[in-house]
Order: sequence, then structure tokens, then C-alpha cells
Amino acid sequence: MIEVNNIVKIYQTGSIGFQALSGVSFKIKDGEFVAIMGPSGSGKSTLMHILGALDTPTTGTYFLDGRDVSTLNEDELADIRKNKIGFVFQAFNLLPRTTALRNVSLPLVYAEIAPEERGKKAKESLRAAGLDEEYFDHLSNQLSGGQIQRVAIARALVNNPALILADEPTGNLDSKTGEIVLQTFEKLNKERGRTIILITHEHDVAKHADRIISLKDGLVISDTKDHKKR
Amino acid sequence: MKLTDTLEETFIALSSNKARTGLTILGIVIGISSVIVMVSVGQGATGSIQASIESTGSNLLMITPGALRNFGYSARSAGGTAQSLTIDDANAIASQVSSVQYMTPEVTGRYQVVYKGNNTNTSIMGTSDTYPEVRNLSIDQGVFITSQDINNVSKAAVLGPTVVTDLFGTDATASDAIGQTIKINKMEFKVVGVAKAKGGTGFMNQDDRIYIPYTVSQRYFSGNKYLSEIDLQISSPNLMTSAQNDVTSLLLSLHNIADPTLADFTVQNQADILSSISSISQTLTILLGAIAGISLLVGGIGIMNMMLTTVTERTREIGLRKAIGAKAKDITFQFLTEAVVLTFSGGIVGVFLGCIISWGVKYFNLYQTKVSFLSVLLAVAVSAAIGIIFGYYPAKRAAKLNPIEALRYE
Repeated sequence: MIEVNNIVKIYQTGSIGFQALSGVSFKIKDGEFVAIMGPSGSGKSTLMHILGALDTPTTGTYFLDGRDVSTLNEDELADIRKNKIGFVFQAFNLLPRTTALRNVSLPLVYAEIAPEERGKKAKESLRAAGLDEEYFDHLSNQLSGGQIQRVAIARALVNNPALILADEPTGNLDSKTGEIVLQTFEKLNKERGRTIILITHEHDVAKHADRIISLKDGLVISDTKDHKKR
Repeated sequence: MKLTDTLEETFIALSSNKARTGLTILGIVIGISSVIVMVSVGQGATGSIQASIESTGSNLLMITPGALRNFGYSARSAGGTAQSLTIDDANAIASQVSSVQYMTPEVTGRYQVVYKGNNTNTSIMGTSDTYPEVRNLSIDQGVFITSQDINNVSKAAVLGPTVVTDLFGTDATASDAIGQTIKINKMEFKVVGVAKAKGGTGFMNQDDRIYIPYTVSQRYFSGNKYLSEIDLQISSPNLMTSAQNDVTSLLLSLHNIADPTLADFTVQNQADILSSISSISQTLTILLGAIAGISLLVGGIGIMNMMLTTVTERTREIGLRKAIGAKAKDITFQFLTEAVVLTFSGGIVGVFLGCIISWGVKYFNLYQTKVSFLSVLLAVAVSAAIGIIFGYYPAKRAAKLNPIEALRYE
């Protein structure tokens, strides 16, 4: 359960303040697949950073699984990221020259999961993300873009997070591969009940979600659930 | 994050760029090994100098001409430049200071020595029959100079073992030399004895020396009545201080000097000389160690440079690690561990290399070396400390990175 109440974020540079978010509120229930849309400068990246516990709002509250994340310090935020959130980035951000399996195991290292269990969990997660078994021991630089993003999705899944945050996950992929990745998200949502927030500026990408929250100039301008019926 | 995981991450990170890792470690290896070698050379020198001073005799008082207030021993090679001591002084001391067991005068100089085709330039020590007692000299074959030789001013020579090999060939034994006639400064001398080896190296070599009656030295070489040194053996170590005082006051009255600070001679005992030499060689050790320490510092800067490069290169990785839950202290610890592993492994290799080089230097007789356990321990501790000191700043820089900016870093 995610509850965002009247979030404002102001970036202060010297004496000049820039208001990236001007009072954003919404609720996302467990198991929802939501897209956050908006043109660049709309504040969607800022919102993603706050939802992902990478940053805290200037004012407003953010409850994740009943805990107010907006007032936590850096180490507490790191714990939230470790236990509750899985990230999928546009730029993939896999460790270079490292096997798929090891990349997926990395969050388990910080979660201090016993080494024997890591391999098992990582493999499960890679299967769920749809990577063929034969690529598990391939180095990250030997994989294709689609495969890399599947590894990244598996990494986001591995800690069993409350929320998967995908920031333009198809931005660096061709449309066909992008489609496969988006189908993977849909499958994870429908079949495994994962809560997924997809940040994108493309409507074609956003329409894969069940609900679209549109941002403009730091405000929510629409919140629709019925786009698929149209 | 657990320690074993940190070490595994470190191993993977360091082995991903082997050339850079290797070169950085090399900097530390050179630093640590040169510290160990330099200190071992310094300590080896200290050891051999002390041993050779101790071998010159026990309960020894040395009287040298001139007022050499500091480090008289090192200035002794210039002995004879000041002329104030005579055999009358020496005899007066021997007869009037009761604690003096033996007295021996010395007149030193360097001259060319020739035997057939071979020649050498060596130290010619004009002395008396009591020299072996005072200076712990043993005769290998033949006899030492007798009091008769001194009274008759006879040209008899006792050779040090180095001189024997220099003049009679490397295979020559003492018996080859005895009875032969050699030329010292174009004058013929008969070899009456050969001394046993005493050791010492370089300017301290006590084997590269010829002993002749001091009367001969005075008459034919220096041409005056002065002595370069008077050595006294005191009957008991407890009497050293009183003997030193007695000798000083006797010589002051013989030379008609009222103010002791104006004395034209210096009385030193072996302990003084030993301590002044020790302080010189300790300074030498520190100096050598400090020079080597500079290379260690340079190696440390190399570590810091590499770690800063690594942090910049791996900015996105750091951002990712933070995004998946790494805390600032996890990142600090990871990069610090990398630096310490680099320096520590460099330190271990450096210790081995240093010990091997020190051993080699000794084995090939270049210098006496002595690797102390303390210097090894210190080198290892210093290398680990360098890792922490020079790794801390880059590690902190990595830990402070903002994850959002780090993830966006191109």
C-alpha cells in the first residue's frame, strides 16, 4: 500500500528555489500496475526518486506499507530500498564483466542472505523474469539489451520487494524488445501479484499498465483506470 | 554486508583490472622492500662497527693529540696533524698512573709497500711490544716487535693478513711472508711475524696494516718525536673514570696547561667512542630509512590516485549499490578494504623481496646487513596504515556520492 499526501519538492540552488513537485497526492494498492506519465520537466523523475526512497520530499508524507518514509535519514532510507523496493533503470546498470547470476545476487549480499540461499533465489528470480537458463552464467557484456533488462528485472525482484519501480525501462531498447520487457512486467503483475510503478513519457508504454497517473508541472493532471476499455 | 562478501567484492574488483592493480601494488612493494633493505644495511653497519670497536681491546683509554671535543674517533684518521704527545708523556703516564696496566704508543701513516712486483698502499703503525696486549692482537706466526727492536731502531715488520695476500698473492700463507724482505716507502724491512685476522671492513679494516717499531716510524717516516696516539689498558673497568682523570691531570701538568678546556690532547675511553659511533650509525639508519620512506609515501600516493580513479570510473556502480540498499558505511568499508588489500599484499611481497635483497647483499659481501623482526613488523603495519590513510579519502568520496546523481553519471 502506497499513500502519497500532498508532496512538495523544492530544489534549492543558492537563493533560487525550483519547485519540482507542487502537491501530489495518490494511493496505490498492493498488486496494482501503475504508469506515471508526463513530459520531461513534469516532475516524474523527482516523484520516482521519492517513491524509491532515494530522496525525501520537502513537505508532505509518503507512507510505504504503513511506514512514513518522508522523514527518514539516509541509513533508514537505504534499509527501505534494500527491503521494500526493486529498481529497474533505463540504463540497466548491471555490474560490468559480471555474470547474470551474480548481478541478481547483489541485493542479497547487502541483505545479508546466506550465500547458499542466494544462488537459489537468484535463479528463481531470473526464471520469473524470463531469462533462459543457458544465459545465467553469461557475463553482462555478453548479453543482448533485452536479456540485460530481464537480468535487471530479476535483480529488482530478488528481494521480494513491496514495490517494483521501473524508470523508462524500455528507453534504451528497440520497440520489439521493449514490448517483450513490458509483457514481462504485465506477467509479473498478473501472475505473481507484484505492485509495479512504471515511469515513462511514452503513451504506448504507459498503456500496458492498468492505471495511468499523468503529471504536468509538478501536479497530477489525470488519474485514469479505464484507458484499456476505450 | 558481511566481511567475507566485502573481501569477495574486493577480489573481483581488483582482478578486473590486473595491470593497474599490479602496478599500484608494485609501488608499495618497492617502498616496503627498500625500507627493509636500507634499515638492514644501516643496522648491519652498526653491528659491524660496534664489533670491530669492541675487538680493539678492553678497558682501553685512548689519548690523541689536539682538542677533539666531538667525535674524536672519526677525526682520528687525521691524527698527527696536531703534534703534542711525545714518548716522554707516554712513559710518564705508564710510570705515574698506577691503574695503567699496559701502555703502547702509536705513530701512524700511510705508505707504499712493495714486495717484488706487488705493491699496496697501506697503514703503517709504528708501535711498541705492548700493542698486542692493549689492542687484543694475536700473532699467527713469527713474533711481534720486541723492546729490543725498539731500542735498536731495527727495521722489523709484522704484517696484517690482508697485507700478506696483497703482497704475496691470494694463496699465500703466513709462512710464505716470514723472513722475506719488503720495501716500505723505499726502505727495506724484514718480515718477522704475521698477525691473525681481526675483521672489520673499509676504513675500519684492522687487517690491512703493517706494524713496525715506533722509533723507526719517528726516525724514518715522520721525522719528529711526536706520537699519533697513546693507548692505555687499565687494570679494571671500575678504574676507568679515575684513570681518565689521572691521565688528564698528569698530561695537563706535563704540558703546563692550567685550564682543562685548553687541553691540547683528548682522552677518550672505548665506551665514549662506542656511543658516539653508535649515534652516528643510528643517524645513518634513520637517514636511509627516511629516504626509503619517501618511496613508500610515493607508493601510498599511487594507491590514492588509483582509488580516486576507481571511484570515478565506478560512480554508476556506486549509485546502483546505494539504490539496492548499500549504506554509506558499506561503501566506505568496501573501498577502504580495496585500498588496504592493495597495500597489505604489497607489504607482504615487499617484506619478502626486502629480506631476499638484504640476504643477497650480505651473501655477495657488499655490506653487512641485519634484518630485524621489528623492521619487518613495522613495514607490514605501515603498509596497512598507508592503505587506511590513502584509501580513506577516496572511500569517503565514494560513500558521499548522491545515489541519484551517481546513477545518472556518464
